[in-house]
Amino acid sequence: MSAPWRRRAVVAGVATSDYPHLPDFSEHAVHAQAAQRALDDAGLTWADVDGLATTGFFPMYATGVAEYLGLHPTYYDETNAGGASFEVLVEHAAYAIEAGVAEVVLVTYGSVQLSQMGRRLGTGGGGGAAAMAPGPAIYDALWGNTLVGNYALAARRHMHEYGTTPEQLASVAVTMRQHAAHNPMAQYRDPVTVEEVLSSRLVADPLHKLDCCVISDGGAACVVTSAERAADLPSAPVYVLGGAHATSHHLNLSAASDLTVSPAAQSGPLAFERAGVTPDDVDVAQLYDSFTITVVLTVEDLGFCAKGEGGPFVEKGGLALGGKLPTNTDGGGLSACHPGMRGMFLVVEAVRQLRGQAGATQVADARVAVAHGTGGMLSTGATLVLGREAP
Amino acid sequence: MSGDGRPGDMRPLPAVPGERPPKPRPAPVPEPEAAEYWKAARDGRLVVQRCDDCGRHQLYPRARCLACGGPVSWVEASGRAVVYSYTVIRQNYARPFRDWIPYVVALVDLDEGPRVMTNIVGCDPEAVSVGMAVRARFEPVSEEAGIALFEPA
Ligand SMILES: [Zn+2]
Repeated sequence: MSAPWRRRAVVAGVATSDYPHLPDFSEHAVHAQAAQRALDDAGLTWADVDGLATTGFFPMYATGVAEYLGLHPTYYDETNAGGASFEVLVEHAAYAIEAGVAEVVLVTYGSVQLSQMGRRLGTGGGGGAAAMAPGPAIYDALWGNTLVGNYALAARRHMHEYGTTPEQLASVAVTMRQHAAHNPMAQYRDPVTVEEVLSSRLVADPLHKLDCCVISDGGAACVVTSAERAADLPSAPVYVLGGAHATSHHLNLSAASDLTVSPAAQSGPLAFERAGVTPDDVDVAQLYDSFTITVVLTVEDLGFCAKGEGGPFVEKGGLALGGKLPTNTDGGGLSACHPGMRGMFLVVEAVRQLRGQAGATQVADARVAVAHGTGGMLSTGATLVLGREAP
Repeated sequence: MSGDGRPGDMRPLPAVPGERPPKPRPAPVPEPEAAEYWKAARDGRLVVQRCDDCGRHQLYPRARCLACGGPVSWVEASGRAVVYSYTVIRQNYARPFRDWIPYVVALVDLDEGPRVMTNIVGCDPEAVSVGMAVRARFEPVSEEAGIALFEPA
Protein backbone atom coordinates (compact mmCIF):
# COMPACT_ATOMS: atom_id res chain seq x y z
CA MET A 1 0.00 0.00 0.00
CA SER A 2 2.84 2.43 0.70
CA ALA A 3 4.62 2.56 -2.62
CA PRO A 4 7.01 5.51 -2.43
CA TRP A 5 5.61 7.11 -5.57
CA ARG A 6 2.09 7.11 -4.31
CA ARG A 7 0.36 10.44 -3.98
CA ARG A 8 -1.14 10.53 -0.47
CA ALA A 9 -4.47 12.03 0.51
CA VAL A 10 -4.72 14.06 3.69
CA VAL A 11 -7.41 15.94 5.56
CA ALA A 12 -6.17 19.52 5.68
CA GLY A 13 -9.16 21.28 7.23
CA VAL A 14 -12.13 20.41 9.42
CA ALA A 15 -15.01 22.28 11.04
CA THR A 16 -18.50 21.94 12.35
CA SER A 17 -21.22 24.49 11.85
CA ASP A 18 -22.99 25.89 14.86
CA TYR A 19 -25.26 23.27 16.47
CA PRO A 20 -27.56 21.84 17.78
CA HIS A 21 -30.44 24.28 17.13
CA LEU A 22 -30.42 26.52 14.05
CA PRO A 23 -33.96 27.83 13.58
CA ASP A 24 -32.73 30.72 11.43
CA PHE A 25 -30.67 28.60 9.00
CA SER A 26 -31.63 26.88 5.78
CA GLU A 27 -30.10 23.46 5.19
CA HIS A 28 -27.83 24.95 2.54
CA ALA A 29 -26.74 27.78 4.82
CA VAL A 30 -25.53 25.14 7.28
CA HIS A 31 -23.41 23.63 4.49
CA ALA A 32 -22.02 27.07 3.71
CA GLN A 33 -21.07 27.86 7.30
CA ALA A 34 -19.37 24.50 7.88
CA ALA A 35 -17.60 24.66 4.51
CA GLN A 36 -16.33 28.21 5.02
CA ARG A 37 -14.93 27.26 8.41
CA ALA A 38 -13.27 24.11 7.06
CA LEU A 39 -11.66 26.09 4.24
CA ASP A 40 -10.48 28.72 6.75
CA ASP A 41 -9.08 25.94 8.92
CA ALA A 42 -7.24 24.55 5.91
CA GLY A 43 -5.96 27.95 4.83
CA LEU A 44 -7.66 27.56 1.46
CA THR A 45 -10.29 29.54 -0.42
CA TRP A 46 -13.35 28.67 -2.48
CA ALA A 47 -11.29 29.24 -5.61
CA ASP A 48 -9.02 26.35 -4.61
CA VAL A 49 -11.90 23.84 -4.55
CA ASP A 50 -12.22 21.58 -7.58
CA GLY A 51 -14.15 18.75 -5.95
CA LEU A 52 -17.36 18.58 -3.90
CA ALA A 53 -18.73 15.61 -2.01
CA THR A 54 -21.97 15.73 -0.06
CA THR A 55 -25.25 13.91 0.18
CA GLY A 56 -28.81 14.49 1.31
CA PHE A 57 -32.30 13.31 0.60
CA PHE A 58 -32.75 14.42 -3.00
CA PRO A 59 -31.27 13.13 -6.25
CA MET A 60 -28.58 15.37 -7.73
CA TYR A 61 -28.02 16.70 -4.22
CA ALA A 62 -24.34 17.50 -4.68
CA THR A 63 -25.15 19.42 -7.83
CA GLY A 64 -27.58 21.56 -5.87
CA VAL A 65 -25.11 22.25 -3.09
CA ALA A 66 -22.47 23.15 -5.70
CA GLU A 67 -24.89 25.63 -7.23
CA TYR A 68 -25.71 27.19 -3.86
CA LEU A 69 -22.04 27.49 -2.95
CA GLY A 70 -21.16 28.87 -6.38
CA LEU A 71 -18.82 25.99 -7.12
CA HIS A 72 -18.21 24.37 -10.51
CA PRO A 73 -16.43 21.20 -9.46
CA THR A 74 -15.00 18.72 -11.94
CA TYR A 75 -15.14 16.00 -9.28
CA TYR A 76 -18.40 15.43 -7.43
CA ASP A 77 -19.84 12.56 -5.43
CA GLU A 78 -23.11 12.08 -3.58
CA THR A 79 -22.96 8.43 -2.62
CA ASN A 80 -25.71 7.94 -0.06
CA ALA A 81 -25.12 5.29 2.58
CA GLY A 82 -27.22 7.01 5.24
CA GLY A 83 -25.24 7.69 8.38
CA ALA A 84 -22.18 6.06 6.83
CA SER A 85 -22.20 8.38 3.82
CA PHE A 86 -19.50 10.78 4.89
CA GLU A 87 -16.92 8.10 5.62
CA VAL A 88 -17.58 6.78 2.10
CA LEU A 89 -17.35 10.27 0.61
CA VAL A 90 -14.00 10.95 2.31
CA GLU A 91 -12.72 7.54 1.19
CA HIS A 92 -13.76 8.30 -2.39
CA ALA A 93 -12.26 11.80 -2.17
CA ALA A 94 -8.97 10.25 -1.06
CA TYR A 95 -9.00 7.98 -4.11
CA ALA A 96 -9.68 10.97 -6.36
CA ILE A 97 -6.78 12.88 -4.81
CA GLU A 98 -4.49 9.87 -5.06
CA ALA A 99 -5.50 9.28 -8.66
CA GLY A 100 -4.67 12.88 -9.44
CA VAL A 101 -8.14 13.72 -10.75
CA ALA A 102 -8.84 16.28 -8.02
CA GLU A 103 -6.68 18.66 -6.01
CA VAL A 104 -8.95 20.00 -3.26
CA VAL A 105 -12.16 18.16 -2.41
CA LEU A 106 -14.61 19.84 -0.06
CA VAL A 107 -16.81 17.36 1.81
CA THR A 108 -19.80 19.03 3.45
CA TYR A 109 -22.88 18.11 5.42
CA GLY A 110 -25.81 20.24 6.51
CA SER A 111 -29.17 19.54 8.12
CA VAL A 112 -31.94 21.39 9.88
CA GLN A 113 -33.74 18.23 10.83
CA LEU A 114 -34.69 19.38 14.31
CA SER A 115 -36.16 22.67 13.13
CA GLN A 116 -37.90 21.17 10.12
CA MET A 117 -39.07 17.73 11.15
CA GLY A 118 -38.67 17.79 14.87
CA ARG A 119 -39.12 15.06 17.30
CA ARG A 120 -41.28 12.61 15.41
CA LEU A 121 -38.37 11.36 13.41
CA GLY A 122 -37.51 7.80 14.24
CA THR A 123 -40.90 6.94 15.60
CA GLY A 124 -43.18 7.85 12.74
CA GLY A 125 -42.79 4.54 10.98
CA GLY A 126 -45.39 2.96 8.81
CA GLY A 127 -48.83 4.40 8.47
CA GLY A 128 -50.26 5.34 5.12
CA ALA A 129 -46.80 6.04 3.75
CA ALA A 130 -45.85 2.40 4.21
CA ALA A 131 -47.89 1.29 1.25
CA MET A 132 -46.03 3.79 -0.91
CA ALA A 133 -42.63 2.29 -0.03
CA PRO A 134 -40.65 1.81 -3.21
CA GLY A 135 -40.32 -1.71 -4.63
CA PRO A 136 -39.18 -4.38 -2.19
CA ALA A 137 -39.21 -1.97 0.77
CA ILE A 138 -42.90 -2.84 1.15
CA TYR A 139 -42.22 -6.17 2.85
CA ASP A 140 -41.05 -4.73 6.17
CA ALA A 141 -43.16 -1.60 5.89
CA LEU A 142 -46.60 -2.95 6.81
CA TRP A 143 -46.06 -3.76 10.46
CA GLY A 144 -45.77 -0.42 12.20
CA ASN A 145 -42.09 -0.83 12.83
CA THR A 146 -40.07 2.31 13.46
CA LEU A 147 -36.44 3.27 13.00
CA VAL A 148 -35.93 2.73 16.71
CA GLY A 149 -37.76 -0.59 16.41
CA ASN A 150 -35.26 -1.89 13.87
CA TYR A 151 -32.36 -1.26 16.23
CA ALA A 152 -34.41 -2.69 19.08
CA LEU A 153 -34.75 -5.95 17.14
CA ALA A 154 -30.96 -6.09 16.84
CA ALA A 155 -30.52 -5.30 20.52
CA ARG A 156 -32.99 -8.00 21.57
CA ARG A 157 -31.23 -10.63 19.48
CA HIS A 158 -27.82 -9.62 20.84
CA MET A 159 -29.18 -9.90 24.37
CA HIS A 160 -30.56 -13.34 23.55
CA GLU A 161 -27.38 -14.71 22.00
CA TYR A 162 -24.75 -13.13 24.24
CA GLY A 163 -26.47 -12.19 27.46
CA THR A 164 -25.99 -8.48 26.81
CA THR A 165 -27.93 -6.51 29.41
CA PRO A 166 -29.94 -3.28 29.31
CA GLU A 167 -27.47 -1.94 31.89
CA GLN A 168 -24.58 -2.56 29.50
CA LEU A 169 -26.39 -0.79 26.68
CA ALA A 170 -27.19 2.09 29.01
CA SER A 171 -23.53 2.45 29.95
CA VAL A 172 -22.82 3.61 26.38
CA ALA A 173 -25.18 6.55 26.85
CA VAL A 174 -23.65 7.32 30.25
CA THR A 175 -20.12 7.48 28.83
CA MET A 176 -21.17 9.65 25.88
CA ARG A 177 -22.78 12.08 28.32
CA GLN A 178 -19.56 12.23 30.35
CA HIS A 179 -17.75 13.29 27.19
CA ALA A 180 -20.47 15.76 26.23
CA ALA A 181 -19.99 17.54 29.56
CA HIS A 182 -16.72 18.84 28.12
CA ASN A 183 -18.30 20.03 24.85
CA PRO A 184 -19.89 23.46 25.32
CA MET A 185 -21.95 23.00 22.13
CA ALA A 186 -23.38 19.60 23.10
CA GLN A 187 -27.16 19.32 23.11
CA TYR A 188 -27.18 17.58 26.49
CA ARG A 189 -24.36 17.98 29.03
CA ASP A 190 -25.79 17.06 32.43
CA PRO A 191 -24.54 13.71 33.71
CA VAL A 192 -26.86 10.71 33.53
CA THR A 193 -26.64 7.40 35.36
CA VAL A 194 -27.38 3.89 34.18
CA GLU A 195 -30.46 3.97 36.40
CA GLU A 196 -31.67 7.16 34.72
CA VAL A 197 -31.25 5.66 31.26
CA LEU A 198 -33.18 2.57 32.32
CA SER A 199 -35.93 4.59 33.92
CA SER A 200 -36.40 6.77 30.83
CA ARG A 201 -39.37 5.74 28.76
CA LEU A 202 -39.22 2.59 26.66
CA VAL A 203 -39.60 3.62 23.02
CA ALA A 204 -39.23 0.14 21.52
CA ASP A 205 -38.19 -2.62 23.93
CA PRO A 206 -35.41 -2.96 24.94
CA LEU A 207 -34.41 0.58 23.87
CA HIS A 208 -35.29 3.51 26.10
CA LYS A 209 -35.47 7.15 25.20
CA LEU A 210 -31.90 7.65 26.46
CA ASP A 211 -30.66 4.71 24.36
CA CYS A 212 -31.57 6.86 21.31
CA CYS A 213 -29.53 9.63 19.72
CA VAL A 214 -30.60 13.22 19.98
CA ILE A 215 -32.20 15.01 17.03
CA SER A 216 -30.39 18.16 16.03
CA ASP A 217 -29.66 20.81 13.47
CA GLY A 218 -26.08 21.08 12.34
CA GLY A 219 -23.41 20.32 9.82
CA ALA A 220 -19.74 19.71 9.40
CA ALA A 221 -17.14 19.74 6.66
CA CYS A 222 -13.62 18.70 5.82
CA VAL A 223 -11.11 19.44 3.08
CA VAL A 224 -9.25 16.56 1.46
CA THR A 225 -6.13 17.32 -0.56
CA SER A 226 -2.72 15.85 -1.30
CA ALA A 227 0.12 15.70 1.18
CA GLU A 228 2.18 17.81 -1.25
CA ARG A 229 -0.42 20.56 -1.32
CA ALA A 230 -0.88 20.37 2.46
CA ALA A 231 2.82 20.90 3.06
CA ASP A 232 2.32 24.63 2.48
CA LEU A 233 -0.86 24.86 4.58
CA PRO A 234 -1.11 25.93 8.22
CA SER A 235 -2.59 22.83 9.88
CA ALA A 236 -0.83 19.56 10.52
CA PRO A 237 -2.13 17.18 7.84
CA VAL A 238 -4.00 14.05 8.85
CA TYR A 239 -3.42 11.11 6.53
CA VAL A 240 -6.23 8.97 5.16
CA LEU A 241 -4.50 5.68 5.85
CA GLY A 242 -7.30 3.46 4.59
CA GLY A 243 -11.03 3.14 4.13
CA ALA A 244 -13.66 0.59 3.21
CA HIS A 245 -17.43 0.27 3.19
CA ALA A 246 -20.03 -2.49 3.05
CA THR A 247 -23.77 -3.14 3.04
CA SER A 248 -25.88 -6.04 4.26
CA HIS A 249 -29.41 -4.96 3.32
CA HIS A 250 -31.44 -1.83 2.66
CA LEU A 251 -34.78 -1.04 4.31
CA ASN A 252 -35.81 -4.66 4.94
CA LEU A 253 -34.27 -5.79 8.18
CA SER A 254 -35.69 -9.24 7.34
CA ALA A 255 -33.07 -9.42 4.58
CA ALA A 256 -30.16 -9.19 7.08
CA SER A 257 -28.84 -12.65 7.75
CA ASP A 258 -27.58 -12.02 11.29
CA LEU A 259 -28.76 -9.09 13.41
CA THR A 260 -25.82 -9.45 15.79
CA VAL A 261 -23.35 -8.57 13.03
CA SER A 262 -23.24 -5.18 11.28
CA PRO A 263 -21.54 -4.31 7.99
CA ALA A 264 -18.59 -3.09 10.09
CA ALA A 265 -17.52 -6.74 10.19
CA GLN A 266 -16.75 -6.42 6.47
CA SER A 267 -15.62 -2.81 6.21
CA GLY A 268 -13.44 -2.84 9.33
CA PRO A 269 -10.98 -5.61 8.42
CA LEU A 270 -10.69 -4.27 4.87
CA ALA A 271 -9.99 -0.73 6.07
CA PHE A 272 -7.38 -1.90 8.58
CA GLU A 273 -5.70 -4.02 5.93
CA ARG A 274 -5.61 -1.13 3.48
CA ALA A 275 -4.25 1.15 6.22
CA GLY A 276 -1.63 -1.35 7.30
CA VAL A 277 -2.67 -1.19 10.95
CA THR A 278 -4.56 -3.39 13.40
CA PRO A 279 -7.28 -2.54 15.92
CA ASP A 280 -4.58 -2.59 18.62
CA ASP A 281 -2.91 0.39 16.93
CA VAL A 282 -5.99 2.59 17.30
CA ASP A 283 -5.70 5.29 19.97
CA VAL A 284 -9.13 6.91 19.67
CA ALA A 285 -12.39 6.10 17.89
CA GLN A 286 -15.40 8.00 16.63
CA LEU A 287 -18.15 5.41 16.20
CA TYR A 288 -21.64 6.09 14.94
CA ASP A 289 -23.93 6.02 17.96
CA SER A 290 -27.44 6.30 16.57
CA PHE A 291 -28.44 3.97 19.40
CA THR A 292 -26.51 2.37 22.22
CA ILE A 293 -26.67 -1.04 20.52
CA THR A 294 -25.02 0.45 17.42
CA VAL A 295 -21.83 1.07 19.40
CA VAL A 296 -21.83 -2.37 21.01
CA LEU A 297 -22.09 -4.04 17.60
CA THR A 298 -19.44 -1.75 16.11
CA VAL A 299 -16.74 -2.33 18.75
CA GLU A 300 -17.19 -6.06 18.24
CA ASP A 301 -17.30 -5.97 14.45
CA LEU A 302 -14.25 -3.70 14.15
CA GLY A 303 -12.32 -6.16 16.30
CA PHE A 304 -11.82 -4.09 19.45
CA CYS A 305 -13.28 -7.03 21.37
CA ALA A 306 -14.60 -10.47 20.50
CA LYS A 307 -18.11 -10.98 19.14
CA GLY A 308 -20.51 -11.06 22.08
CA GLU A 309 -18.16 -9.22 24.44
CA GLY A 310 -19.28 -5.73 23.45
CA GLY A 311 -21.57 -5.50 26.47
CA PRO A 312 -18.85 -6.11 29.07
CA PHE A 313 -16.44 -3.97 27.00
CA VAL A 314 -18.62 -0.87 27.22
CA GLU A 315 -19.76 -1.56 30.78
CA LYS A 316 -16.17 -1.69 32.04
CA GLY A 317 -15.40 1.74 30.63
CA GLY A 318 -13.88 0.64 27.34
CA LEU A 319 -15.26 3.74 25.61
CA ALA A 320 -14.31 6.22 28.32
CA LEU A 321 -11.31 8.53 28.47
CA GLY A 322 -8.53 6.39 29.85
CA GLY A 323 -10.31 3.25 28.68
CA LYS A 324 -9.17 0.81 26.03
CA LEU A 325 -10.85 2.74 23.22
CA PRO A 326 -11.79 6.34 24.06
CA THR A 327 -14.81 6.89 21.83
CA ASN A 328 -16.92 9.83 20.70
CA THR A 329 -14.89 12.37 22.60
CA ASP A 330 -17.29 15.16 21.57
CA GLY A 331 -20.24 13.46 23.24
CA GLY A 332 -21.45 11.62 20.14
CA GLY A 333 -24.89 11.48 18.64
CA LEU A 334 -26.29 10.26 21.93
CA SER A 335 -25.56 13.58 23.64
CA ALA A 336 -23.83 16.18 21.47
CA CYS A 337 -25.42 16.40 18.02
CA HIS A 338 -27.21 14.08 15.59
CA PRO A 339 -28.68 15.91 12.61
CA GLY A 340 -29.61 12.69 10.77
CA MET A 341 -26.42 11.62 9.02
CA ARG A 342 -23.72 12.27 11.60
CA GLY A 343 -20.79 10.71 9.77
CA MET A 344 -19.07 14.02 8.96
CA PHE A 345 -18.84 14.87 12.67
CA LEU A 346 -16.93 11.63 13.26
CA VAL A 347 -14.24 12.68 10.81
CA VAL A 348 -13.98 16.18 12.29
CA GLU A 349 -13.50 14.90 15.84
CA ALA A 350 -11.04 12.21 14.72
CA VAL A 351 -8.91 14.85 12.99
CA ARG A 352 -9.02 17.16 16.00
CA GLN A 353 -7.81 14.30 18.19
CA LEU A 354 -4.92 13.53 15.86
CA ARG A 355 -3.95 17.21 15.78
CA GLY A 356 -4.09 17.43 19.57
CA GLN A 357 -6.93 19.97 19.38
CA ALA A 358 -9.62 18.06 21.26
CA GLY A 359 -9.41 20.10 24.44
CA ALA A 360 -10.52 18.49 27.69
CA THR A 361 -11.19 15.15 26.02
CA GLN A 362 -7.85 14.99 24.19
CA VAL A 363 -6.38 11.49 24.14
CA ALA A 364 -2.68 11.84 24.90
CA ASP A 365 -0.43 11.36 21.90
CA ALA A 366 -3.19 10.06 19.64
CA ARG A 367 -1.57 8.78 16.44
CA VAL A 368 -4.20 6.57 14.83
CA ALA A 369 -7.95 7.20 14.85
CA VAL A 370 -10.91 5.35 13.44
CA ALA A 371 -14.13 6.95 12.23
CA HIS A 372 -16.89 4.46 11.53
CA GLY A 373 -20.32 5.35 10.20
CA THR A 374 -23.40 3.15 10.33
CA GLY A 375 -26.42 3.95 8.19
CA GLY A 376 -29.98 2.91 7.54
CA MET A 377 -31.27 0.05 9.69
CA LEU A 378 -27.74 -1.24 10.39
CA SER A 379 -27.70 -1.47 6.62
CA THR A 380 -24.41 0.20 5.78
CA GLY A 381 -21.02 0.54 7.39
CA ALA A 382 -17.99 2.60 6.41
CA THR A 383 -14.65 2.65 8.18
CA LEU A 384 -11.95 5.30 7.83
CA VAL A 385 -8.53 4.91 9.41
CA LEU A 386 -6.76 8.23 9.91
CA GLY A 387 -3.22 8.85 11.08
CA ARG A 388 -0.96 11.66 12.20
CA GLU A 389 2.05 10.29 10.41
CA ALA A 390 2.65 9.40 6.79
CA PRO A 391 2.32 5.66 6.23
CA MET B 1 -33.57 23.22 25.05
CA SER B 2 -35.19 20.84 27.48
CA GLY B 3 -37.67 18.46 26.02
CA ASP B 4 -36.65 18.52 22.38
CA GLY B 5 -34.20 16.44 20.53
CA ARG B 6 -34.90 12.78 21.12
CA PRO B 7 -37.66 10.43 19.97
CA GLY B 8 -38.87 9.71 23.48
CA ASP B 9 -39.33 13.40 24.16
CA MET B 10 -42.52 13.42 22.13
CA ARG B 11 -45.57 14.30 24.07
CA PRO B 12 -48.91 12.78 23.11
CA LEU B 13 -50.51 14.52 20.16
CA PRO B 14 -53.51 16.65 20.99
CA ALA B 15 -56.79 14.84 20.61
CA VAL B 16 -58.42 15.30 17.23
CA PRO B 17 -61.86 16.79 17.72
CA GLY B 18 -64.79 14.84 16.42
CA GLU B 19 -65.19 11.21 15.49
CA ARG B 20 -62.41 9.59 13.48
CA PRO B 21 -63.08 6.37 11.65
CA PRO B 22 -60.57 3.62 12.38
CA LYS B 23 -57.73 3.75 9.89
CA PRO B 24 -57.07 0.42 8.16
CA ARG B 25 -53.73 -1.27 7.86
CA PRO B 26 -51.71 -0.08 4.91
CA ALA B 27 -52.04 -2.34 1.88
CA PRO B 28 -49.30 -3.13 -0.60
CA VAL B 29 -49.45 -2.35 -4.29
CA PRO B 30 -48.24 -5.76 -5.48
CA GLU B 31 -45.41 -5.84 -7.98
CA PRO B 32 -45.86 -8.37 -10.80
CA GLU B 33 -43.46 -10.96 -9.36
CA ALA B 34 -45.15 -10.74 -5.95
CA ALA B 35 -48.80 -10.85 -6.96
CA GLU B 36 -49.06 -14.56 -6.12
CA TYR B 37 -47.60 -13.99 -2.66
CA TRP B 38 -50.10 -11.30 -1.69
CA LYS B 39 -53.02 -13.08 -3.35
CA ALA B 40 -52.27 -16.32 -1.50
CA ALA B 41 -52.27 -14.52 1.84
CA ARG B 42 -55.61 -12.97 0.80
CA ASP B 43 -56.86 -16.53 0.43
CA GLY B 44 -55.41 -17.65 3.78
CA ARG B 45 -52.28 -19.38 2.47
CA LEU B 46 -48.60 -18.63 2.99
CA VAL B 47 -46.46 -19.29 -0.06
CA VAL B 48 -42.70 -19.10 -0.49
CA GLN B 49 -40.43 -19.36 -3.50
CA ARG B 50 -38.57 -22.64 -3.95
CA CYS B 51 -35.57 -22.99 -6.24
CA ASP B 52 -36.18 -25.49 -9.03
CA ASP B 53 -32.46 -26.33 -9.04
CA CYS B 54 -31.16 -26.30 -5.45
CA GLY B 55 -34.40 -26.53 -3.50
CA ARG B 56 -33.71 -23.52 -1.28
CA HIS B 57 -36.72 -21.49 -0.14
CA GLN B 58 -36.74 -17.70 -0.19
CA LEU B 59 -38.77 -14.62 0.62
CA TYR B 60 -39.30 -11.88 -0.31
CA PRO B 61 -39.95 -12.89 -3.90
CA ARG B 62 -37.12 -12.38 -6.36
CA ALA B 63 -36.67 -13.11 -10.04
CA ARG B 64 -34.08 -15.86 -9.37
CA CYS B 65 -32.74 -18.00 -6.53
CA LEU B 66 -30.37 -15.95 -4.34
CA ALA B 67 -28.24 -19.02 -3.63
CA CYS B 68 -27.63 -20.42 -7.11
CA GLY B 69 -29.43 -18.21 -9.60
CA GLY B 70 -31.84 -20.95 -10.59
CA PRO B 71 -35.48 -20.44 -11.55
CA VAL B 72 -38.02 -20.36 -8.73
CA SER B 73 -41.58 -21.65 -8.26
CA TRP B 74 -44.21 -20.93 -5.63
CA VAL B 75 -44.86 -23.63 -3.02
CA GLU B 76 -47.13 -23.59 0.00
CA ALA B 77 -45.42 -23.16 3.36
CA SER B 78 -46.45 -24.78 6.63
CA GLY B 79 -47.11 -21.46 8.34
CA ARG B 80 -44.99 -22.59 11.27
CA ALA B 81 -42.19 -20.34 12.46
CA VAL B 82 -40.07 -19.35 15.46
CA VAL B 83 -39.43 -15.83 16.72
CA TYR B 84 -35.90 -14.67 15.75
CA SER B 85 -36.27 -11.31 17.49
CA TYR B 86 -39.04 -8.97 18.57
CA THR B 87 -39.70 -5.54 19.97
CA VAL B 88 -42.69 -3.99 21.67
CA ILE B 89 -43.40 -0.70 19.92
CA ARG B 90 -44.45 1.86 22.52
CA GLN B 91 -44.19 4.99 20.41
CA ASN B 92 -45.34 5.48 16.83
CA TYR B 93 -47.13 8.61 15.72
CA ALA B 94 -48.38 7.18 12.43
CA ARG B 95 -51.91 5.85 12.27
CA PRO B 96 -53.24 3.22 12.47
CA PHE B 97 -50.32 1.99 14.56
CA ARG B 98 -50.50 4.66 17.23
CA ASP B 99 -53.97 3.37 18.06
CA TRP B 100 -52.56 -0.11 18.73
CA ILE B 101 -49.67 0.74 21.08
CA PRO B 102 -48.19 -1.33 22.62
CA TYR B 103 -47.85 -3.95 19.88
CA VAL B 104 -45.22 -6.47 18.85
CA VAL B 105 -43.10 -6.24 15.71
CA ALA B 106 -41.07 -9.39 15.15
CA LEU B 107 -38.81 -11.16 12.73
CA VAL B 108 -39.80 -14.82 12.48
CA ASP B 109 -37.97 -17.67 10.79
CA LEU B 110 -40.33 -19.89 8.81
CA ASP B 111 -39.77 -23.63 9.16
CA GLU B 112 -38.88 -23.60 5.45
CA GLY B 113 -36.07 -21.11 6.09
CA PRO B 114 -37.06 -17.60 5.00
CA ARG B 115 -37.26 -14.82 7.58
CA VAL B 116 -40.14 -12.35 7.47
CA MET B 117 -41.19 -9.32 9.46
CA THR B 118 -44.63 -9.48 11.03
CA ASN B 119 -46.74 -8.65 14.05
CA ILE B 120 -47.21 -11.18 16.83
CA VAL B 121 -50.88 -11.11 17.82
CA GLY B 122 -53.19 -13.16 19.98
CA CYS B 123 -51.16 -12.83 23.16
CA ASP B 124 -49.92 -10.27 25.65
CA PRO B 125 -46.90 -8.41 24.23
CA GLU B 126 -45.01 -9.32 27.39
CA ALA B 127 -45.54 -13.03 26.64
CA VAL B 128 -43.47 -12.97 23.43
CA SER B 129 -39.94 -14.36 23.58
CA VAL B 130 -37.08 -15.16 21.25
CA GLY B 131 -37.40 -18.78 20.09
CA MET B 132 -41.13 -18.89 20.71
CA ALA B 133 -43.08 -21.13 18.29
CA VAL B 134 -45.68 -19.25 16.29
CA ARG B 135 -48.05 -19.95 13.41
CA ALA B 136 -49.46 -17.81 10.63
CA ARG B 137 -52.88 -16.28 10.67
CA PHE B 138 -54.11 -14.18 7.82
CA GLU B 139 -55.79 -10.84 7.36
CA PRO B 140 -57.04 -9.40 4.07
CA VAL B 141 -55.91 -5.83 3.48
CA SER B 142 -57.25 -5.19 -0.04
CA GLU B 143 -59.00 -6.92 -2.92
CA GLU B 144 -55.67 -8.29 -4.15
CA ALA B 145 -53.63 -8.68 -0.99
CA GLY B 146 -53.57 -10.23 2.42
CA ILE B 147 -50.87 -10.37 5.08
CA ALA B 148 -49.59 -13.09 7.38
CA LEU B 149 -49.64 -12.23 11.06
CA PHE B 150 -48.34 -14.73 13.59
CA GLU B 151 -49.76 -15.97 16.87
CA PRO B 152 -48.51 -18.43 19.52
CA ALA B 153 -48.53 -21.94 18.08
ZN1 LIG C 1 -31.04 -22.30 -6.01
